Amino acid sequence: MSTLVEIRGVTKTYRRGSERIEVLHGIDLDVPHGDFVALMGPSGSGKTTLLNLIGGLDKPTAGSIVVDGHRIDHLSSGELSRWRAANIGFVFQFYNLLPALSAQRNVELPLLLTSLSAAQRRRNAAIALALVGLEDRARHKPRELSGGQEQRVAIARAMVSDPTLLVCDEPTGDLDRETGAEILTLLQVLNREHGKTVVMVTHDPKAAEYARRRLHLDKGTLAPDREMGGP
Amino acid sequence: MRYLPLLWAGLFRKKTRTILTLLSVIVAFLLLGLLHAVKVAFESGAESADAKRLLTTARYSIIEPLPIAHLRPIERVAGVVGVAYADWFGAKYQNESNAFPVFAVDPTRYLDMYPEFTIPREQREAFVKTRTGAVAGRRLVDRFGWTLGQKLPISSEIHPKADGDMNWAFDLVGILDADDPAQRGNTDVVLINVAYFDEARQTGKGKTGWYIERIADPARARAISVEIDRLFVNSPDETKTQPEKEFAVGFAKQIGDMGALVTRILAAVFFTILILTGNAMAQSVRERIPELAILKTLGFSDGKVTALVLAEAGLLLLIGGGLGMVIAAGLLPVLNGATGGRFPPLFVSADTWLLATAVAVTLALAVGLPPALRARRLRIVDALAGR
Repeated sequence: MSTLVEIRGVTKTYRRGSERIEVLHGIDLDVPHGDFVALMGPSGSGKTTLLNLIGGLDKPTAGSIVVDGHRIDHLSSGELSRWRAANIGFVFQFYNLLPALSAQRNVELPLLLTSLSAAQRRRNAAIALALVGLEDRARHKPRELSGGQEQRVAIARAMVSDPTLLVCDEPTGDLDRETGAEILTLLQVLNREHGKTVVMVTHDPKAAEYARRRLHLDKGTLAPDREMGGP
Repeated sequence: MRYLPLLWAGLFRKKTRTILTLLSVIVAFLLLGLLHAVKVAFESGAESADAKRLLTTARYSIIEPLPIAHLRPIERVAGVVGVAYADWFGAKYQNESNAFPVFAVDPTRYLDMYPEFTIPREQREAFVKTRTGAVAGRRLVDRFGWTLGQKLPISSEIHPKADGDMNWAFDLVGILDADDPAQRGNTDVVLINVAYFDEARQTGKGKTGWYIERIADPARARAISVEIDRLFVNSPDETKTQPEKEFAVGFAKQIGDMGALVTRILAAVFFTILILTGNAMAQSVRERIPELAILKTLGFSDGKVTALVLAEAGLLLLIGGGLGMVIAAGLLPVLNGATGGRFPPLFVSADTWLLATAVAVTLALAVGLPPALRARRLRIVDALAGR
């Protein structure tokens, strides 16, 4: 499989007052097309920081990040916005849906940045909602949905613009075990049947079992890969 | 249009707060529409004034009459090319609330002096020839449903007839109109023939209220005014002559400096609105920091997020301002009816709409820019982490 994400010598340093804190120390990582990677590690190990760098939400202090042939650490803020809209789907622990919009409107949000007509946007959002099994909840507001349904809407929103890469930050962290399993199965289906590359941060070893590979971060350093069979 | 559902949802995320803010904006623009209409009405006399017309009144009070004998000396002043005169009748029609200006005039002189008023030739001739004749403005004719040839029963608050009766009757022989819509607002008037009026009234015979002079060169208005007043210095009937516009402004200011008053009231109202709306917008954006961060995560650029917040403020002002102005435009005709014609007609003019638009845009920028810039500066990773 060809490499989708290529990270070389990435460090990330934050300033806290006069103190400089290096969160990532020279990370090297390759994620092939079609991979499903679980990034694990204790709190403060730098998992979310690395995920944010891969998703183009932040820039490294040093090193390079190439995604699908694009060197994203050199892009300007505006270029990164356009790149994210076209290439990345995001799924968060707390769903991060806009509470005033219906499920349908939430899913349509990324499509507002495209040249699609209103009818096309509606149709694509309906397809994405059907993909996650929520076609009958399109008009419901987030507060009218269960946690699992909200996360499915968030996944539909992440998928609607057909991104190359799905970036998931603790996607089951706010769900019970059973609902979490449903969400992870859905991510697995998107990975195996729709060919989406998934990078997922999780604390939960059970959740990580759904991935093809597990990577461990500890104090900003990556431990060697572990191939997974999956549940 | 594609962002309208997003803007709408953001605006009405907290319905109660938005509706209360919207109500305050509506009231502010309603006040703007009403008060500015009053200002425009009070200044309408000055706006329609002709630079080639002077007005001569008694030196110390405009309610003091002047002798009709002043006419000939004024006509002889160099630069004066026409003179008319008019007297205040103080009219009521049917009841106390139907008051409107009635002027006793020399028909030919007066109609020549005000060419902006139009009247069919045969009606003008009838007015000249009919001693009991009267012509009425189009707005009054429409308002009271008068028809040509009917008797106009009008009572005077000032002038009794020779037998002491305050009730007069005139023959309606013509209708005054104006081609210019702005001038049509000044046709709330009835002109009566001074020949009959002066003969029939009990007191004040041989006197008139004021003179109107047409001059050839507006640049000489001041010099001619001085020249006219000099004619009557040290006489029992000294005069004060001034350009028509100056007179109209001074007349309006006798009631009060309406422009300054309206400006001060509106400044206070909109300063309050600025604080209220600004606070509501800032609070709304503060509560939505994570949502704005999500929009940026999904690919909305800094500029787009800034524009969305600004557009939200614009939408609030557009709805509130638009509704307030529409209500004002709807209320003014009702107010016009209630004043019984004592005031000039009130209406929302094009200038008022322009002013309202400018105020709405300025307010939208003032209340929208600070939270919009905050949204622009937002760092996604910090906002998502709740920092």
